[in-house]
Amino acid sequence: MTGVLDILWLIPALPLLVSAILSLTPARVKGGAAPLSIGALGLGFLIACAALAEAVSDPGQVRAHNFTWFEFGSSAVKIGWVLDPLSALMLVMVTFVAGWIFVFSIGYMSHDENFTRFYCFLSLFTSAMLGVVMSNSLLMLFACWEVMGLASYLLIGFWHHRPSAAAAARKAFIYTRIGDIGFLLGMLWLYAETGTLLLYDNGAGCLEANALTQLAGAAISTGMAASTGIALLLFCGAIGKSGQIPLHVWLPDAMEGPTPVSALIHAATMVAAGVFLMARIHPLSTATASAKPIVTATAPANATAQSAQPAVRMEAAPKSQAHAEAAAKPTEAGGDSTSSPTLTLNVMAWVGALTALLASLVAVAQYDIKRILAYSTVSQLGFMFLGLATGGPAVGVFHLLTHAFFKALLFLGAGSVIHGCHEEQDIRRMGGLWRRMPATFGTYAVGMMALSGVPLLFSGFWSKDEILHSALAWSGSKWPFALGLVAAVATAFYMTRQMAYVFFGPHRGHPAMYEQGHRIPVTQPHESPMVMTLPLGVLAACAILLTVVGTPMWPWLHSVLSGHAPEVRREVSVGVLFAMLISILAAGTGFTAGWICYMRRRASGFNDGDPLQTRIPSIWRCLESRGWIDELYKMSFGIWTAAAGRFCDWLDRIVLGGGVRMIQNAALATAWMGRLWDEFFLNGGFARGCEQTRNSADRASLVQNGQIQRYLRILAGALALVALWIIWK
Amino acid sequence: MNASSIPWLTLLTAIPLVGGILILGSHLPDGQRPRRFGLLFHALSLGVLALIFTQFDPAVGSMQMVERWPWIPSLGTEYHLGIDGLGLLMLALSCIVLMAATAFSRRDIPSGRIYHGLLLLLQAGLHGAFTAQNFIHWFFYYELSLIPAYFLVKLWGGPKRGVAARTFFLYTMAGSAAMLLGFLATYAATGSFDFAELAQRGKGFDGGLAAIYNVRLGLPELSTRALGLLIFFAIFLGFAVKIPVWPFQSWLPLTYSEAPAPVAMVLTGALSKLGVYGLLRIVLPIFPEQVWQTQDLLLCLALASIVFSAVAALAQTDVRRMLGHLSISHLGYCVLAVVCASRITPLDGNWEVEKQAALTGAMLQMFNHGVIAALLFGLAGWMEERVGKPLEMGSMGGLRQKAPVFAGIMGLAVFASMGLPGLSGFVGEFLIFKGVFALVPWAACLATLGLLGVALFLLNYLRTTWHGALSGDSTRFADLTVRERAWVTPMVALILLLGVHPQLALKWLNAAAVLLTERIAI
Repeated sequence: MTGVLDILWLIPALPLLVSAILSLTPARVKGGAAPLSIGALGLGFLIACAALAEAVSDPGQVRAHNFTWFEFGSSAVKIGWVLDPLSALMLVMVTFVAGWIFVFSIGYMSHDENFTRFYCFLSLFTSAMLGVVMSNSLLMLFACWEVMGLASYLLIGFWHHRPSAAAAARKAFIYTRIGDIGFLLGMLWLYAETGTLLLYDNGAGCLEANALTQLAGAAISTGMAASTGIALLLFCGAIGKSGQIPLHVWLPDAMEGPTPVSALIHAATMVAAGVFLMARIHPLSTATASAKPIVTATAPANATAQSAQPAVRMEAAPKSQAHAEAAAKPTEAGGDSTSSPTLTLNVMAWVGALTALLASLVAVAQYDIKRILAYSTVSQLGFMFLGLATGGPAVGVFHLLTHAFFKALLFLGAGSVIHGCHEEQDIRRMGGLWRRMPATFGTYAVGMMALSGVPLLFSGFWSKDEILHSALAWSGSKWPFALGLVAAVATAFYMTRQMAYVFFGPHRGHPAMYEQGHRIPVTQPHESPMVMTLPLGVLAACAILLTVVGTPMWPWLHSVLSGHAPEVRREVSVGVLFAMLISILAAGTGFTAGWICYMRRRASGFNDGDPLQTRIPSIWRCLESRGWIDELYKMSFGIWTAAAGRFCDWLDRIVLGGGVRMIQNAALATAWMGRLWDEFFLNGGFARGCEQTRNSADRASLVQNGQIQRYLRILAGALALVALWIIWK
Repeated sequence: MNASSIPWLTLLTAIPLVGGILILGSHLPDGQRPRRFGLLFHALSLGVLALIFTQFDPAVGSMQMVERWPWIPSLGTEYHLGIDGLGLLMLALSCIVLMAATAFSRRDIPSGRIYHGLLLLLQAGLHGAFTAQNFIHWFFYYELSLIPAYFLVKLWGGPKRGVAARTFFLYTMAGSAAMLLGFLATYAATGSFDFAELAQRGKGFDGGLAAIYNVRLGLPELSTRALGLLIFFAIFLGFAVKIPVWPFQSWLPLTYSEAPAPVAMVLTGALSKLGVYGLLRIVLPIFPEQVWQTQDLLLCLALASIVFSAVAALAQTDVRRMLGHLSISHLGYCVLAVVCASRITPLDGNWEVEKQAALTGAMLQMFNHGVIAALLFGLAGWMEERVGKPLEMGSMGGLRQKAPVFAGIMGLAVFASMGLPGLSGFVGEFLIFKGVFALVPWAACLATLGLLGVALFLLNYLRTTWHGALSGDSTRFADLTVRERAWVTPMVALILLLGVHPQLALKWLNAAAVLLTERIAI
């Protein structure tokens, strides 16, 4: 047994333990929280690195450790964890990024009275996220996924006394739960079809060849294969969690949470869990009844090499290794150009591309610094799904990893800006900050360039380029590529706009702030302390350094994720170069447009309208109000749910309750009728009879009331009468 | 004396019965002492229960600790007690819930002697019913549990307690009367009141009980099938009112909102389980054929319970009414599982596993729901005690700022109720869904609407009452006292423990579920 696999469980267990300890710690004890949480993550990071080394030493092998969670009836439910390049890379990324965000939070949250609680929730979240990425069972994944949702709820609503934060927390939980219901049903369906929820179990897992063949063959009445149905249902969960259209509306609202939370949960990790899920179950999305899994597995798995241009030939994997991979990851390649993509991939590509485009357009017209980044996250997640659908898991996950670093960097940078500007979030009230916050400015610029895809030096360029390239080479429609391309232009544009507003031009601080007589004189924005700028520097370095593992010349990450040994490539195909050229052009267009609009004509006051607003007011209004989607949902589902609630309540109280009351009243009425009948009719007649008898008896009794005098009187009277009668006679 | 020769089950019923009579006949003044007396007897029950746990063999699915003596031979009635894993967990649940209810009761309750005496009698009724293996015995205790409940609502309830108690009593009595009639007909046809014996006769391809009814009862104008269904429905009605199943639930929100909070804890935590327990112990084994014949109708009723109640809860303004709807919705899942488990399945395939999943899930859900719902009502009671009036949504806000620990416990109970993994509500729900999805997929899909509805209104409740700005009556709201924390801790620990390690509860249930699955296979 390998050593690292046995202690892999420690990675999520340590933060969980810390969270449990902190939940019992009184709020006034602040000292130990941060060191304890960071220490647990640091230890986890070391184990994760060891695990990564182990995983990449033989990338094709999937190591799993399964055990029984509970038994029901005569069967057992097993869960377990898995060590393969995907889980190892995610473990390293999550522990690393989360660790630096924890460090940043020391500075950012230092004044908060619930400091300890904050670290408790953060640790709970990290534990759940780590559980998601390493779980080898869909059930365990779902369980951690839900706990992650709870942690997100708690952290969005961390400042629960703000009504907006409380509302946003609820909204996030509800919207993700809508997706999760799809996830649950998909999982149940999978369970019913295959009888297991383990992903890898020595050939008996549900992502292994046997189960996939069975799933692809089983069809429901509409002709849809079970594998397609299941994958689509699971994708619903991913849509909810990763904020894709139409469930994306919760993510921008989630920015009500403290900024480190936005960085960790709503940018770098949790929202990417949806992408991770689809990468994990990718064999399910690609399974088709006809495809022989082994054949596709031996095809070159690098999407970059799968272009129509056969200039570069990858060395075929050794036969034995290929078979080992086939058992583990049967349908690796997403873009087999001869067969059309499955329905799942089509849906995923379209949802991803549409989300990428629409969210990036909305981001252009926002003024809240965190909201811009939130829409940018939604858009980038769309890119990931597009990459996943068109180029396979390696492409999507590469962007996931690079995005985690530079988006965490951008959010932390935004946090530093907000902190420095005294909780100001409106970019119209910023400006000229590059002079006052040089460290933040420098690192933010790196993040911005990585996000918008500045060529060659920045990791975001390579990962986005790979997505665009595989979308271009995709055998399905070309439209997703076109949408993605426009989204890439828009990305560069809104990031330039944001930079221009925040860091350049004159400072446009809130005049009221100076007048209200703050205790701390709010004269100037200031640079953040070292504990906040250091994480920025580290993440900025990563945003650049990650380039090394993903260039077409040495696609280490890609090979490892596809289960191959990494190798150096000396030639690069024309298709790759063409795609690179396109993405450079896209980024360049965005920059230039942004430069023309914002850098040249710098806004000097708060009330200066946005240049675009004056030119295209109607479109601007639509984008600024985020397409009125929130309003649409409120007007439709919100009203319908409330109406349904009232209807059911009415049914309850009036119809059913009323029915019961009617029966009750009918019974009562019957009883009263009976009483009346008894008293006035039956009883009445009887009583009257009695009365009369008594009366007559009374009268009769008068004659024998025992008084001698009366008897004598009567006797005398009678005697007199008799005497009279005799005389008369 | 040998441990196996002690009549454990009789003892368990006798303790609260004796305690109840003692305390009712005593002259304890109001104040702490009646409560302590009650707690003492509940602790005794728990102690005996712990001993029963050590004696019980989880590997055996059939009845254990059986006590069987002739009682009224001319009526085919024996004194026949016994428990399987399900009965054991129900006994544990009633001990836990009653103990908690006593602990959660106000210390200065007027006429505490009578109050705690009635609670003890109620527990005796529950214990008697959960151990009964004979209808007469069962019915006696089933009704015995109703009378204390009526007086508890009637004497210590809220402003509309009169109506609430009357509706509750009459409604349940109507159900019981129907059940009694059904069983009298069964007795007339079979000459037996014994559950196991009736289940034997109910099984089989030759029409089961319905054929016997037809021969013995002599009602030529009704077909065999109709007669069987008629008697089945009479008995089902009794349980349907008790659980309650839509559309027989209209008594519940009023009763739960008017009853004193600890009594509501008992009503939802323990008393409502009598209904589901009856379905599992009586209806399903004795009438598998009839359940199967009416499966679609029963499924619709169960789904209506789940979905309509969850949706109707959205429109409630009274917190306790909302929690009442929550209870209906959650027990609907149990009913759904029981009904689905009656499906006649092909011999090939793994259907047995799915049925076992549904039944185990239903049993586990009964236990977990009992604990969680009791905690929710208990906490609502404490809130009312602090505020001094019924809880209206929107009349308070921002309680979490005033009472963070209270808020934490409340949040835990709420999320457990929503079935969050890691808390005890999840595993039961998952198993139910697993079984139901495989057996009747469309029912599982519709039932998920209930999950959504529950999340909607519970989070709404948290948002309006606990989060947001301080408002209304909440400014003087006090956090949990040390004593209250001590009482809450065991329940919270149970919720967490069974969420992480459900095997602790499941290991007692598995053998019983396997046996029940075999029994109901036609």
